[in-house]
Parts: sequence; structure tokens; C-alpha cells
Amino acid sequence: MPRIAGVDVPDNKPITVALRYIHGIGATTAAGICKTADIDGQTRARDLSEEQLSKIAGIVDSDYVVEGELRRRVRQNIQRLGQIQCYRGLRHRRGLPVHGQRTKTNARTRKGPRKTVAGKRSVKEMR
Amino acid sequence: MARSTKKGPFVDEKLYRKVQRAEQTGSREPIKTWARACTIVPEFIGHTFMVHNGKVFNRVFVTEDMVGHRLGEFSPTRTFRGHARGR
Repeated sequence: MPRIAGVDVPDNKPITVALRYIHGIGATTAAGICKTADIDGQTRARDLSEEQLSKIAGIVDSDYVVEGELRRRVRQNIQRLGQIQCYRGLRHRRGLPVHGQRTKTNARTRKGPRKTVAGKRSVKEMR
Repeated sequence: MARSTKKGPFVDEKLYRKVQRAEQTGSREPIKTWARACTIVPEFIGHTFMVHNGKVFNRVFVTEDMVGHRLGEFSPTRTFRGHARGR
């Protein structure tokens, strides 16, 4: 199994797909990497030569922020928002949506599983 | 959607002049303002603003990190302290 950008070891899939196992690389980025490396994206990861692999690894290392470094940067950006006490920072701290979405309903991704309140009337009962 | 770069950042003219005047006189007095939509520009660093939230003025001391944000982001307009726990 090839190793690119640290611990990632995707194999047995076309490299455009395999590269996406790296945090920070999606479909577009993966296709871009193959293009810069001048490799057919449909080649299976295990069929690549040593040379081609190192070429890809080189591109990922030099041109893209991935994995730990990316995670760290994202965390730092969020931390910054919290430190300056701005609205977005407060929303992050509260675990509520940051981009002005409604929270009366939905927003479950941020808020997590529903916490049912006993004695609260449902929409149906109010009619 | 983000603001067009062509226009440059929105800075409240009157507030900007006030900051410049404060800079000249060396005054560190808080500047009272309603201009929540005004982008914080580097000139504002080190000044204190009293930003209206619709009810009261919140004290905002501008630091370097805040550049590019808007004054209103630092003066919350809603009060939510969580739901009542049981009855």
C-alpha cells in the first residue's frame, strides 16, 4: 500500500478516488493533482510506479495543506473567533449554527440529537 | 454573499473621522456609535467603542485580530441564557 502525506494508505482504487482518503483532498483537488503529475486518474493506486507515487507525494506535500496541519489550522481559526468574542465565536462555543440558519426547527447537525422537553405542547396540540 | 471587493470595505465616514480626531488629540475615550455595519479597519486598533445593540452600548476594545470584522459582531443583540430547567 502506498503512503502519501503521512499515514494515509489508500489502495486498490483509481488514484483520483484513493487520494480522497487524505483529509483535505476531495474530488476536484484529486483530479487536479493527477493533472499536475501528468498521470491518468483511472490508474489503480497499486499499478503506479515508485516514481509516479513520489511525484504525487511531492505535489501533495508542497501545494496542499492536508491532515494534521489542516486540522490544526481550522481549529486555530475557530479559536481565534472565540477569543475575540465575536458573534461567530459565540455560536461556535454554544454549538449552534454559525451562518445565520434558523434554529426554531432543524439545525440538528450542530445541536445534536433532539432533547425532548416534558410538558411542552407539540405543534399538533396547539391547534 | 460577501461584499464586492470593487467597493472596498464599508467604513462609516463619520465614525472614521471621529477615530482620526481621537488619534490626533491622543484621546482614548470610548467612541459611542450605532454603526454596527462598519468594518473594523487597522486605524481602529487600540480604540474603544461603545457599540449599540438596540438597547444598550457594549464596550468593545479593538485588537489586531478584529480587523476585517464588523463592529456589530462584538455587540450581541439577543439575550438567551438557556431554557428553564423543569418547573
